[in-house]
Amino acid sequence: MKYSILGSVAVAAMLGGAASAEEVRVYNWSDYIDESLLEKFETETGIDLIYDVFDSNEVLETKLLAGGSGYDVVVPSGTFLQRQITAGAFQKLDTSKLPNMENLWGTISERLKKYDPKAAYAINYMWGTTGIGVNIGKVKEALGEDAPVDSLALILDPANMEKLQECGVHFLDAPVEIIPATLAYLGEDPDSQDTDVIAKTEPVLTAVAPFVQKFHSSEYINALANGDICVAFGWSGDILQARDRAAEAENGVEIEYYAPKEGALMWFDNMAIPVDAPNPDGAHKFLNFIMDAQNMAAASNYVYYANGNEASQEFLAEDVIGDTAIYPDAATLENLYTTSPYSPKVQRFVTRMWTKIKSGT
Amino acid sequence: MTRRTLLIAAPYLWLLVLFFAPFLIVLKISLSDAALAIPPYTPTIKDGVGAMFAELDFENFVFLTEDDLYWKAYFSSFRIALVSTFLTLLVGYPIAYGMAKAPDEWRATLMMLVILPFWTSFLIRVYAWMGILSNEGLLNQLLFWLGLINEPLVILNTNLAVYIGIVYTYLPFMILPIYAALDRLDPSLDEAAQDLGCTRTQAFWLVTIPLSKNGIVAGSFLVFIPALGEFVIPSLLGGSGTLMIGKVLWEEFFNNRDWPVASAVAVILLLLLIIPIVLFQRNQQKQQEAEQ
Repeated sequence: MKYSILGSVAVAAMLGGAASAEEVRVYNWSDYIDESLLEKFETETGIDLIYDVFDSNEVLETKLLAGGSGYDVVVPSGTFLQRQITAGAFQKLDTSKLPNMENLWGTISERLKKYDPKAAYAINYMWGTTGIGVNIGKVKEALGEDAPVDSLALILDPANMEKLQECGVHFLDAPVEIIPATLAYLGEDPDSQDTDVIAKTEPVLTAVAPFVQKFHSSEYINALANGDICVAFGWSGDILQARDRAAEAENGVEIEYYAPKEGALMWFDNMAIPVDAPNPDGAHKFLNFIMDAQNMAAASNYVYYANGNEASQEFLAEDVIGDTAIYPDAATLENLYTTSPYSPKVQRFVTRMWTKIKSGT
Repeated sequence: MTRRTLLIAAPYLWLLVLFFAPFLIVLKISLSDAALAIPPYTPTIKDGVGAMFAELDFENFVFLTEDDLYWKAYFSSFRIALVSTFLTLLVGYPIAYGMAKAPDEWRATLMMLVILPFWTSFLIRVYAWMGILSNEGLLNQLLFWLGLINEPLVILNTNLAVYIGIVYTYLPFMILPIYAALDRLDPSLDEAAQDLGCTRTQAFWLVTIPLSKNGIVAGSFLVFIPALGEFVIPSLLGGSGTLMIGKVLWEEFFNNRDWPVASAVAVILLLLLIIPIVLFQRNQQKQQEAEQ
């Protein structure tokens, strides 16, 4: 008798242990959330949150397509999301578990339909533009007062780049960002899928590549803030983070972000649940938590990216909602374009061209 | 009898499970077609064994011959691996020699110092080199301070940084086999050579070097083979002009999402490596026979 009581206590303890060990594994971009939100989620739900980060869509995609990634929530960007939906990498969202979906911003949800046509698999987390980060003082020193800081000519005209190479220029190491911009500069359709049209960017990029100090997708934040480089072609929020870091450091570096007047790429990072997620129920709880107006506002206030959550806007800090570099005005919004995923054949062409531009081989 | 069979079977089983089976999987993928699915190639095992064999073809290997990127990358990797192996030998041999000549009570400490870096993650050590070699890094600051340079030396993001990284990382793999060979040398051989009229330098080149040949060969292979496929060091320390097959493999796998072509690149790399591996194996065998 005694034995069986002990036994049932042990079983209860084990069950208790199992219940409290519920886990949700989230795989998000690096530097992309206010970390206090992670603790808040754990306290509110009692679920252990395992938070992991990546810095390129390619790494995430390879994990998803290999299968068994073990993650419950992942954050792919638009074109990658679309391709992964086609590959069958995600499960449909159970909207009955996501009451906070009513907070979403219709305008953004509508644009996201380009990638998730039935709005069945993903919710928008953050969105932004790709443009030019400028160290005002140094650029004017190199190019004069009327430097074309709001134009792609700043980084795609070899005459300008030759003068800027002294103070340092970084480009994103992402052909899917640079090629559409170069096409916009040439007056072509930035979303072109035609390899003959895409090939027109090669001479332009080859001409400026020697003046690019580095092709890298995250180092430019610190490099801009420290004054090591004077121009970066990168993501809006990253450049704004650099602006703020420089301001905090009071090092005399003044950074501005410009969405190029030739048009800027508008991108969307979205949360989705992998088809083989170990804990889809917990994943829904995390999504619902993130879509809470105050939580989403806290995240945006921290990372300086706009979000797809209309209800959160009243909780946004003034320097976020009021900044047209983050929440563009209607005129700029008109000037933003989106892109579609490349087919494997075009992708191969683009990767090969990119290697050639960077290494000369 | 059964014990003996087991003893013989164990290494073969090891090879079968950890080398041959994975290789067959990679070979199979290299003969498939890329697809947008999980996993991203077709046909897979789910399509049945029949389908797997019906659709095999060599188009991915043919593709590799059509673009000069691949052979240039193989060639460039080969050159970088060869040069770094030579440099590692140049640095490693004197260290091993010094260790072997050191007094007995010192040797354990010296050995420890060679192995010590392994206690820190390889990745962190390579990152540390980025801090040392960058334009504002420790090395340039030191040279500035000494008044030797006026402009920073650009080392990071060049092939020179890759050589430094490889030599640094693989140095222990060169030192240890050479040390083992030198340690076993009978010092009286050297003395005998000098008694018979050799100078110390002659004795070194004519007696010590040939007798430590096995260590040199083993060390060189241990450095050359992993350096050929190296990915981490060139991607962290090298520049965009550093062309290595490890990076090409990464791009095929991650950027193009083309597992079949990536696998074909890997199969060719393995075939290229089999030659030095077989040579290495033969050298080891000869050495063992010589000892018996």
